[in-house]
Amino acid sequence: MSSFTYQFDTPSYKGTSTVSTGLFINGKFVEPVEKGTIEVVNPVNGKVITSVAAGTAADIDIAARAARKAYKERWGLKVPGVQRGRMLNKLADLLEANADEFAALEALDVGKAFRVARNGDMSGSIAALRYYAGWADKIQGKTIETNAKKLAYTRHEPVGVVGAIVPWNFPLTMLSFKIGPALAAGNAVIVKPSELTPLTALRLCPLFVEAGFPDGVINVVNGYGSTAGQALSEHMAVDKITFTGSTLTGRKIMETASKTNLKKVTLELGGKSPSVIFDDVDLEQTVKWVSHGIFMNHGQACTAGSRIFVQAGIYDRFLKAFTEHASSLKVGDPFARDTYQGPQISQTQFERIMGYIKSGKEEGATVHIGGERHGNEGYFIQPTIFTECKPNMKIVQEEIFGPVAAIIKFATEEEAIEQANNTVYGLACSVFTRDIDRAIRVAHSIEAGTAWINCHNSSELSVPFGGFKQSGIGRELGEYALEHYTNLKAVHVNIGHRL
Amino acid sequence: MAFESTYTYQFDTAVYKGAVTFPTQLFINGEFVNPINKGTIDLINPATCKAIARVSVGDCEDIELAAQAARAAFKEHWGLKVPGAARSKLLHKLADLVDTNTDQIAALEALNVGKTFHAAKAQDLPITSSILRYYAGWADKIQGKSIQTTPDKIGFTRHEPIGVVGVIVPWNFPLSTLIMKLAPALACGNTIVAKPSEFTPLSALFLCTLIREAGFPRGVVNIVPGYGDTAGQAVGESMIIDKVAFTGSTLTGRKIMEAAAKSNLKKISLELGGKSPSIIFDDADIDQAVKWAINGIFMNQGELCVAGSRIYVQAGIYDNFLQKFTESAQCLSVGDPFSPDTFQGPQISERQFERVMGYIKSGQEEGATLRLGGERHGTEGYFIQPTVFTECTPNMKIVQEEIFGPVAAIMKFSAEEEVIEQANNTTYGLACSVYTKDIDRAMRVASNIEAGTAWVNFTNWPDLGLPVGGFKQSGAGKDLGEDALENYTNIKAVHINIGIKI
Repeated sequence: MSSFTYQFDTPSYKGTSTVSTGLFINGKFVEPVEKGTIEVVNPVNGKVITSVAAGTAADIDIAARAARKAYKERWGLKVPGVQRGRMLNKLADLLEANADEFAALEALDVGKAFRVARNGDMSGSIAALRYYAGWADKIQGKTIETNAKKLAYTRHEPVGVVGAIVPWNFPLTMLSFKIGPALAAGNAVIVKPSELTPLTALRLCPLFVEAGFPDGVINVVNGYGSTAGQALSEHMAVDKITFTGSTLTGRKIMETASKTNLKKVTLELGGKSPSVIFDDVDLEQTVKWVSHGIFMNHGQACTAGSRIFVQAGIYDRFLKAFTEHASSLKVGDPFARDTYQGPQISQTQFERIMGYIKSGKEEGATVHIGGERHGNEGYFIQPTIFTECKPNMKIVQEEIFGPVAAIIKFATEEEAIEQANNTVYGLACSVFTRDIDRAIRVAHSIEAGTAWINCHNSSELSVPFGGFKQSGIGRELGEYALEHYTNLKAVHVNIGHRL
Repeated sequence: MAFESTYTYQFDTAVYKGAVTFPTQLFINGEFVNPINKGTIDLINPATCKAIARVSVGDCEDIELAAQAARAAFKEHWGLKVPGAARSKLLHKLADLVDTNTDQIAALEALNVGKTFHAAKAQDLPITSSILRYYAGWADKIQGKSIQTTPDKIGFTRHEPIGVVGVIVPWNFPLSTLIMKLAPALACGNTIVAKPSEFTPLSALFLCTLIREAGFPRGVVNIVPGYGDTAGQAVGESMIIDKVAFTGSTLTGRKIMEAAAKSNLKKISLELGGKSPSIIFDDADIDQAVKWAINGIFMNQGELCVAGSRIYVQAGIYDNFLQKFTESAQCLSVGDPFSPDTFQGPQISERQFERVMGYIKSGQEEGATLRLGGERHGTEGYFIQPTVFTECTPNMKIVQEEIFGPVAAIMKFSAEEEVIEQANNTTYGLACSVYTKDIDRAMRVASNIEAGTAWVNFTNWPDLGLPVGGFKQSGAGKDLGEDALENYTNIKAVHINIGIKI
C-alpha cells in the first residue's frame, strides 16, 4: 500500500511523518476501484506535497456496505456505551501522544501556523474526543407517565451509518466534532475529508485500529465533493449525513437526501457574523477580540466576525487601534515561530478573496489597509480593512472567507441590530459593551445561533453550536449534538388495557 | 353551486341533528378574505358523492400574504413579547371552545372525511382538545440550560421560537393533525401559516372562528386551504417561512425537503407513510391480539399512517388467529358514517378508492389469496369491504407498498429472527406491534424492529406524552410529547466573557 513520508525540519517542529495514502475501509488501507489520485498542494508555495487516492461512488458503496455490516454485527447497541467510551478515550490518548506530528501535518496541509494547529486544532480535537467519550454511557431516554395500565418510555438508539463530510479549514477538529458524538451514540461512520486537506484524517486511521475500534466502524474515503461526497449523500444505506461547508453544497446535500432515502441531514454552513461595538467598551481588549474574530485562521472560519459595527462615539479611536493591531499581525511561513497568519488554502480561494477585495473597491468602499497579495509565492493575502461600507455591497452581504474586515459606523442600538440582522445568514454574533442590560438585549435580539458577549470565536465543547436561517440545520457540540446521532423510539407496553 | 362567505349545513341523522355554520373563506391576519385569484373547490361527501359546499382555495399569492401577516405578527405582538403563561391561557381557551363545540365539529369532520361520527366524537375531538391542553402546559416551561465551562465565562442556551411556521396537514385526521402541529408551535411562540388539505378544510375553517374567539392576536394563526402543488409548494418555497411541519405522503415529503433545500434552507419535520408490522407470537392472548390487530388495520378506514397493515402470525396459532380475525373483519359494519352502529365509512375520494382497489387487484394478480372482501361495498360512495389477504410473499406490492385502505396482508412465520428480518424489510419505519407474554421476547423484538414507535401487546394506542415519528423513510422529527418542542425552537448559545483576557 502506498504511503508518503515527510521530513519536517523547521524552527517549530523537527520530525518525520509517514502517512498511508489509500482509502481506509473496513480496517485496512485499500486502492480505490477507479485508481484515481488527487494532488495535495502546499499553499505556502503552490507545490505538490504528495498524491493521495481519490475515492468515487464505487468506493463509497464498498465503505457503506462495510459500515452497515460492522454496525449490525459488532457495533451499535451490541457494544455497551462504556466500551465505546473507552475506545474514544484511547483514541484521544493516542492523538495526544502524537500531537506535535499531527499539528505539523495540519500546518503543512492547511497553511495555518504550527503553534495554532498545536494549541488550537489539536487540543480541540483531543478534548472533543474525550468529551464525547464521557457521554457514551449516558445516552438516555425518558420514562413517561401515562396511566396505570401502560408502561411507556423512549430509547435513543443509534441511527446506523453516518456519513461525515468535513471541510478544509479545520480538518481534524471538524472530523473529531463529528465522529465524537456519532461513535459515542453507537453509529458506524464514513468520513469524507476535503480533497484539499486529507493528511491528518489519513494519519489518524492507524490510531483507530490501535484504539480498538472494530473493522468497518470508522472508514475514511477521500475524494471530491462532486463524486465521493455526492455518492455519500445519495447512498441508500447511509442513514444520516453531517456536513460542514458552504451553503451552496449544503443545499445540494439536502436536495439529494430528499430524492433518495430521506436520510437525516445536519448542516453547518456559512456566515457573515456581525460584531457590534458600543461606546463604553474596554478598547484594548475589544480590538484584540475583534481582530481574533475576523483574522483567526486567515479569515477562513464560518463564524468569522466579518462585519464590524462600531458606534460613532468610539469609531475613530477604534479604527486607529484596530488598524495598528491588524498591521502588526505577522504574515508568513506557518512554521516560523512568530507567524500569525499563513496562506489561504488554495489558488481558487485566493482568487475568490481577491475578487471580493476588487468588488469592495469598485462598489465604493475604502481600503484602509491591505487589499493586496502578500509576497510573490503561495496564496498569502494581507490583512485587509474596508471602511465606508454600505449594507448592499458584496463585501457586506456575501461570505468572503478571507482576512477582510468590513467596518460600518452606527449611531443607535436599534439601527445596529437591524443592520446586523440584514443577512440571510445567522451563525454567530458578538456584542461588546459594559452595560449588562444592553449586552443581554443585543445578544438576544440578533438572529444567530451563537451570541458572544465581550468576546468572539471563543468556543466551548460543552456549549451547542449551529445556525439560524441559512447558516444551517441542527447543532454540534454539547449534549445537544447527541440528538442528531440518535433515532428516538417510543415503546408503549400494555400492562392491562383490554379491548 | 353559489359561493357564500359562510355556509350552514343541516344535519338530520340518527346520531346528530343540528345546523352547523362554517366560514368558507381564507383566514389571514384575523380576517376572512377571498383568495386573490378567487379559487374555489366543491367539497364532496364521500359517503354519497354529493356536493357539500363550495369553499375557497388559496394559492401562492395567498400563502405569501399569510406569511407576511405571520411575520409581522411574530415581530410585533407574538414571539417572546408574549410570556409563556399568556400563550398558555390562549391555548387553554381554545381547548375549552373545542370542547364546547365538539358535536358540531365532529359532525363536520364525519361529513367531510367519511369517518364515523362516533369515531370523530370519541377520538378525534377529545385528542384535539387534549393536545391543546398538553401544550398549553408546556408554554411557560420552554427551557434551555446553563452550562458549566470555566470560572471566567458564563454559558447558557435559549430555546427561542423559530418565527413563522408553515403547517401542511392531510385529509385523514384533518383537525387532530392540524392541532398536533399548531399547539406546540404556538406554545413555543411561533406564528402559523397552515395549509389544510383541499379535500377536508371544514374543521379547520370552523376552528378559525374559535381562534378568533379565544383571543389569539391577528396574524398569529393564518389558515389557507389549498392544493398541494400550488399552495403547499408555496409554503415549501417561501423565503419568509422559517420552518415547515408536514404530515402526508412520502412522495410529497420529498418535494417539501427539496423545496426547502432550494429556497431558504428552512427547517423541516416530516411525518410520512408507513407499512407497520404487527407480530403475533404463539403465546399471545389470541382474542385480545385479534381485537387489537383488527383495530390496527381497519380503524379510520385503513387511512392511517401507523396502520398495522402487515400481520405476521406464528405458525402454532396461525389457523386459530386467522379464523378469528376473518370472523371479526366480516362482522365490521360498513356504511353511513352517521348511523350509530357503523364501524367503517367510505374512503376519502374516488382517487383513493381506485388506488386501494388497484392494490387489491395487484394482490390477486401477484398470487396472494383473497380470504375476505376485495370488492366495493354498496353502489354509492367510496366504500370498500374490509379485505384480508393470506399467502402473501415479501415482494408483493400489497406487502411492500402503503395501501392506505382497509386491506390486511397476513403472513405466517416460525422463528423470531425470521420475522424481525421480514418486519424490517421495508423502506418505512413508523411503528410496529408485538404480541407475546414473554418479557424477554417482548423487549427484544420491540428493540430490534426499526420503527419510531413500538407497541407491546396492543396497536395504535397513542399517548400525548410520547413522541411519534418515523425511522428511515417514514420521516424526520417528532410530533407529541416534550420532544416535539425541539421542532419549534431555535437554540441560541450565549457566551459571556467575565474575565478572559486575550
